[in-house]
Amino acid sequence: MKLIYYPGCTLKNHARNFDVSTVSSMAKLDVEVEELDRWNCCGTVHALGATNVMNRIAPVTNLVRVKQQQANEVMTTCAMCYNTLKRANIDVQKRAAALETINKFMYLDEVDYQGDVAVHHLLEYLRDRIGFDKLSARVKKPLKGLRVACYYGCLLVRPKEVAFDDVENPTVMEDLVTALGGTPVPFAQKTECCGAYHAVDNAEIVADRTNKIMSGATEQQADVAMVSCPLCAFNLDFKQPDARRLNPELQPMPVLYFTQLMALAFGCGEDDLRFDLHHIDPKPALAGRGLI
Amino acid sequence: MSITTARISSAQLKSAFVAKVQKNSDQKLLACYQCGKCSAGCPMAAHMDILPNQIIRLAQLGMHERLLASNAIWTCVSCMTCNTRCPKNVHIAEVIESLRDIAMRNGRRHEHLTIGDVPAETRAELPPIAMISAMRKLTS
Ligand code: SF4
Ligand code: SF4
Repeated sequence: MKLIYYPGCTLKNHARNFDVSTVSSMAKLDVEVEELDRWNCCGTVHALGATNVMNRIAPVTNLVRVKQQQANEVMTTCAMCYNTLKRANIDVQKRAAALETINKFMYLDEVDYQGDVAVHHLLEYLRDRIGFDKLSARVKKPLKGLRVACYYGCLLVRPKEVAFDDVENPTVMEDLVTALGGTPVPFAQKTECCGAYHAVDNAEIVADRTNKIMSGATEQQADVAMVSCPLCAFNLDFKQPDARRLNPELQPMPVLYFTQLMALAFGCGEDDLRFDLHHIDPKPALAGRGLI
Repeated sequence: MSITTARISSAQLKSAFVAKVQKNSDQKLLACYQCGKCSAGCPMAAHMDILPNQIIRLAQLGMHERLLASNAIWTCVSCMTCNTRCPKNVHIAEVIESLRDIAMRNGRRHEHLTIGDVPAETRAELPPIAMISAMRKLTS
């Protein structure tokens, strides 16, 4: 089984741990992942203008590349890429004139895009196509005793038309943690925004959001927080010192990608986990539960 | 104490500003009945000078100067919480984005964010996803 994989820019830069853990854990599930040929940046955010065409070109180009690779579906792990590709796809499916403009603009490509590529997030793919029972059977090192705060952020569950789980109380991440042998904790802040790109222009907002979110995880005595977005990971992990300035009681808590916890449970080695790319070292928390 | 009466009528909707907001966001502003649910759940509300429901009210009234001078339109981060909870299905985030667009492209270009002003050490540590999304939202 071959699955076209769209990594996105940040997985090839700051979030290489997300990339390598995705590829290695999928191999353990016997899914051959093939990186999309000639992929480009998706644009990271969906422009909300009702008549926008320009910002749809970047995501739609990627969907054209999927067709050029003789495929009809694409998988991505980054929540921002997922949201942007999926929304652009839904938008051009509804707006024939916009799609026509984009196809004309891309006249050098043989493919006339018809909105017919399915965009999947890996969490959705694991749940619906692989199944958590099968996944569970592949676990070599159960995450026994590990308390995990599952953080969805915004883009996996909003808006409604891209959500692959309940908008207010999604559970797919918790179900994954359970399948891996870990313990998901109740987490009231799991779909509350981390401040996103205000990391660039307004550090105070991110510090406030990170404090609220990580304090919520601490209250539940989580060992780690688990995410699916490199921008959430940056704010919750690398900006924790800023949050600690607002709230000196906030204890350091590592932030991991769901694919890293999967790779760990499947018995993958350090090269597939890349804990060296974190701000807060996950090793002490994992060692504390006897997992490394 | 003086009493102020504010009247909202469809006349305001005929102003060029209101028409533009409604067209660009594809929203009907008068659908909002000011329940306040959008503001109650907004994670950015604590950092805003006017709240999301007030933004919609001011937009209904065509008060473009107040809206375009607010910090709230830049603080909103399109998290979509308000959109999914509004009982009248108003897409508040789309309305706010249309206000940002008007502020940045009002005959000439007015950038809200100049990347050169971001300190070099911040720029060095930021992942591409942060930079690109900030530029998409805060520059023309
Ligand atoms: S939630 Fe909807 S109806 Fe209520 S104040 Fe906000 S925009 Fe208006
Ligand atoms: S989209 Fe903007 S206004 Fe709505 S809840 Fe999020 S930050 Fe607040």
